[in-house]
Amino acid sequence: MTDMPVGERKQLAPPVDDSGPFGWARKHLFSSWGNAITTVVLIVAMAWILSWFLEWAVFTANFTASTGSECRGGGACWALIREKWRLIFFGTFPFDQQWRPFFAVVIMLAMLVTTSDRRMWKPWRLLAIWSIGSFFTFLLMFGQLHIPLSLFLAIALAIGGVGMGFRKGIAQAGEMNLYRALAAVGLAGLVLLVVGVLPNWKLPIAPFSYVETGLWGGIPVTLILATYGLLFAFPYGILLALGRRSNLPLIKGLCVGFIELIRGVPLISLLIMASVMLPLFLPTGVTFDKFLRAQVAVILFAGAYIAEIIRGGLQSLPKGQFEAADAMGLNYVQKTALIILPQALRVVIPPLINTFIGFFKDTSLVLIIGIFDFLNTANQALVDPAWAGYPGEVYLFAAFVYFCFCYSMSRYSKYLEVELNKGTRR
Amino acid sequence: MVQPTSWVRPLTTAAGLAIVLVASVADAGPVLDAVRARGHLVCGVDAGVLGFMQLDNQGRWSGLAVDVCRAVSAATFGDAAKVKYVPLTPLFHLPALQAGDVDVLAANSTYTLTYAAALGVSFAGIYYYDGQGIVVPRKLRVRHARQLGGAAICVQRGSSVESSFSEYFAAARLKFRQVAIARAGEARTAYLAGRCDALTADFSALHAMLATIPSKTDDHVILAQALSKSPLSAVVRHGDDAFANIVRWALHGMIAAEEYGVTSGNIDRMLMSNDPAMMRALGVTPGIGVALGLPDTWFYNVVKQVGNYGESYDRNLGSGSPLGIPRSLNAQWTKGGILYAPPIR
Repeated sequence: MTDMPVGERKQLAPPVDDSGPFGWARKHLFSSWGNAITTVVLIVAMAWILSWFLEWAVFTANFTASTGSECRGGGACWALIREKWRLIFFGTFPFDQQWRPFFAVVIMLAMLVTTSDRRMWKPWRLLAIWSIGSFFTFLLMFGQLHIPLSLFLAIALAIGGVGMGFRKGIAQAGEMNLYRALAAVGLAGLVLLVVGVLPNWKLPIAPFSYVETGLWGGIPVTLILATYGLLFAFPYGILLALGRRSNLPLIKGLCVGFIELIRGVPLISLLIMASVMLPLFLPTGVTFDKFLRAQVAVILFAGAYIAEIIRGGLQSLPKGQFEAADAMGLNYVQKTALIILPQALRVVIPPLINTFIGFFKDTSLVLIIGIFDFLNTANQALVDPAWAGYPGEVYLFAAFVYFCFCYSMSRYSKYLEVELNKGTRR
Repeated sequence: MVQPTSWVRPLTTAAGLAIVLVASVADAGPVLDAVRARGHLVCGVDAGVLGFMQLDNQGRWSGLAVDVCRAVSAATFGDAAKVKYVPLTPLFHLPALQAGDVDVLAANSTYTLTYAAALGVSFAGIYYYDGQGIVVPRKLRVRHARQLGGAAICVQRGSSVESSFSEYFAAARLKFRQVAIARAGEARTAYLAGRCDALTADFSALHAMLATIPSKTDDHVILAQALSKSPLSAVVRHGDDAFANIVRWALHGMIAAEEYGVTSGNIDRMLMSNDPAMMRALGVTPGIGVALGLPDTWFYNVVKQVGNYGESYDRNLGSGSPLGIPRSLNAQWTKGGILYAPPIR
């Protein structure tokens, strides 16, 4: 210990000011000679690249040429996009009817945006949004819908069955009777339909000309494949995840086998199987729509991935939650639907959105079976002798559109992470 | 022209054979009846080949191969627009035809022995004589492929172009350095960037590539000799000769019309002609459609709505299109080419 004489203190330099933009820059960018040099070099490089890009994409770009040969200025040929944007967005959909896929896309985006609002996260609200929205989406895309009696009966059976399971011991006797009646009517109707007593009546709704799925293309195809792929894969994935944790060896084995089989093969081979092999096993005359086959392949594939994500959520729950639900006297369905899943799903929503972003882009693989999604219609825009030789512009445009979609989804996922963890944050 | 890659071919063949086995059990019935009952033709095309099958700005198909489908539709229904196009990747050309998803393939399939004899399909008319060629920069002063010994050559990996090229050079006892490239578009970029001394691909593809180089077409030269033959043909399933005949004669009709000097523009004047052969072909004298089971106006409908072969060629590949591919082999036999339609009578 050395004694410092009183009144004689070492004079320290004042602390370096690291507030304000100059302070920030001094602290983070120019703290040493090495950092300073790196900063300067990188800034110059970025400025050089940016000026080159702006020169190409804006200052010397051609926005008005009417053929590719007029576009030889050296800059970007955005006139190509101007000429072909409808082909890129809507593919082979009949030209004079392309307002229909436009509004279908608007409806789908509206459904996605409203669904992303937490206030809408009530089963009945979501069901209403998605059934009404989907009805109009597909009415616009197809132009005509013929809704079979069996669909109404199946819906009645589903509502009755789900209600009977969820609300047992909670709902009044009257409500339970309603569920029982719905289930009975649905089941009886379906049996009669299969036996052939009831005619297979269809409700025709035909305001527009019919456009088959073979003519769909562009952004609606990408959105439908990804959105409905995930929408149907979600409940399916929940069932798979629950089945994988089941105590019954047969169910557990089937679920594990399915998940591992699907995750073990690439999506492209599943699409090829669905497209080439499936028709071989069907009786002659029975054909599935090619688009539907692709959609089913996407659902099966996404289901396996979602199941694993949800299993992660289920495993994150403490055992006490299961035991407490049992002690309350809840049955399996009630325990799962009311106690377990709400907690498990909250944990896995950000990874689910991550999966959605992945599938939004993976849908481009459907080109292999001859379906033109957004990237593939963009590819088609390149096959034109009058405009050949500008792949960069088209791919940059496609990348920009994909980025807009994927970046907004990723921001939303970020927001949800904060929002959902408010309860657990200290 | 569209060549499946090497791993695709065995797969396609296997899938094709499987379908042949299944199809032989389940008799699908004549294609023509199905086409008529349906009210439109289903035509399989490749997903985008410059000049042969492409989508215009309004999402409609056009091109030389597409015109073959339109001609079949015009002959069958009297309306060239009654065609539904199914875009297919090379892997699915054969399976789609064999499974009955499409009635006719106009997807630039190459007519070869194996393809024609082993897979349960018939080739119903060659609409373009393609072949494999080489493009070199003019400044190399190369006149013949044999001068390319030791050169670096860009070629699309796994394509049949790659194997026939290797075979050609092995037969000529020449060494070369192969720059294998995964995709056709990248091969073009690599060649233009100077990564190789020459690029080999089908003639039509080479011409299409040169047409897309900004104002420097003259810097490159396509060598005259062909390394391989590649006749592009329409393909139908075995089992319906009546339908195969309609496809074959719709194309013959287009080719013959050019030889006779009949165009979509002058055909209405030709109806007044006193030439017996012309009166027979155009259906003025009845009888020309009977053998095909078509109305006597089928030839008139094909030429009026689609045009003769020369019109279609000019519009899609030739002088009337930015590709500007010379007719060479695809000229009439009277003009130094090998297009030769049997007499329409």
